[in-house]
Amino acid sequence: MKYSYYPGCTLKTKAQELEKFALDSAKALGVELEEQKEWQCCGAVYPLAKDEIATKLSSVRSLVAAHEKGEKLVTLCAACHHVIKRVNEDMKIDDNVRKKVNNYLKLTEEYKGEGEVIHYLELLRDEIGFDKLTELVKKPLTDRKIGAYYGCLLLRPSGTMNFDDAENPSIIEDFIKAIGATPIKYPYRTECCGGYLSLDKKEFVKEMTTSIVKSALKHEVGEIVTACPLCKYNLENSEIVDGNKISISYFTELLAEALGVK
Amino acid sequence: MSRVKINPDSKKKELDQILEISGENIRDCMQCGKCSAGCPASNSMDILPHQVIRLLQLGQLDKVASSQTIWNCASCFTCASRCPRNVDLAKLMEAIRLTLIRVKGNSRLKADDVPGKLDNKIPQQAIVSGFRKYNK
Repeated sequence: MKYSYYPGCTLKTKAQELEKFALDSAKALGVELEEQKEWQCCGAVYPLAKDEIATKLSSVRSLVAAHEKGEKLVTLCAACHHVIKRVNEDMKIDDNVRKKVNNYLKLTEEYKGEGEVIHYLELLRDEIGFDKLTELVKKPLTDRKIGAYYGCLLLRPSGTMNFDDAENPSIIEDFIKAIGATPIKYPYRTECCGGYLSLDKKEFVKEMTTSIVKSALKHEVGEIVTACPLCKYNLENSEIVDGNKISISYFTELLAEALGVK
Repeated sequence: MSRVKINPDSKKKELDQILEISGENIRDCMQCGKCSAGCPASNSMDILPHQVIRLLQLGQLDKVASSQTIWNCASCFTCASRCPRNVDLAKLMEAIRLTLIRVKGNSRLKADDVPGKLDNKIPQQAIVSGFRKYNK
């Protein structure tokens, strides 16, 4: 199986382990992820304003490049996935955005959102399948109690993201089960970590993340996994993680561990 | 009890701008408060999320524009995804912020201020999003 792969800025810098473990695991799973040649930063936040066009161009460029190769576009960072998926939806349903973007990019063939972008977790669930993944696990993470932290960007808005049930998701828990560990659901797993507010409202973000980690600890979660670099950073800055009681890691790290490629 | 005109004529131009940028219909809001009940940042807000829409309906834009609320919204989309009337408050919040920072010289975050806000671990994602949200 071959896919176009969009890494994003953070995976080349502060979140290198999210990418490294994902790529090593992909090899072990027999999946070829080819990094796109000229990917550009997605902008990290989806432009919510209806009149913003320029900030959507980089996503469209990547979507078009993958579509022209006849490949699905795979993302790893929750924010990149959110932005690219929502921009693709705009290209499908928003006449104004589609017309202006196409006019600007002067593509040989008009792009109308025909391409498909999937997150690495969807690749595991929908393309490989969690049953198959279980068969490929070499070192099951038996006895580990792991809590999924979803955050916002993969789930909401659910109509567009179409990732999982936004209020009661299970994809990461199913993944945890597939690699032999015990998933633990806790109430705050879909609650926002504060996101970009951590740039200048650190104390307030700390309040938000502390409630999340407290909720996980109350349900006897031993470690937390996430797919988002900013969620990881914010959760690590909560009051409780400061004391090293609980670790926050990327889901790809656990995957690599279970596949014996860590 | 006196009757209140929804979408009054005062501040019409400013309100129209917010509605155009967001693409939302504030008249759909029936003030059920579900957005405020689920908002993870409401603790720090001086005006609650559903009140933001009410103030827009009443044309009291100044109260919204000078509030902390619009800057404490983290764009987590919980409000929008739970709204029974399909009003996307995250888009309205963004539109209100934009009408303020799109004015020349009014960027909330200046490039020169960024280095002072960083530590060794902060991901690029935070810097790029902050910049996109607060600088025009």
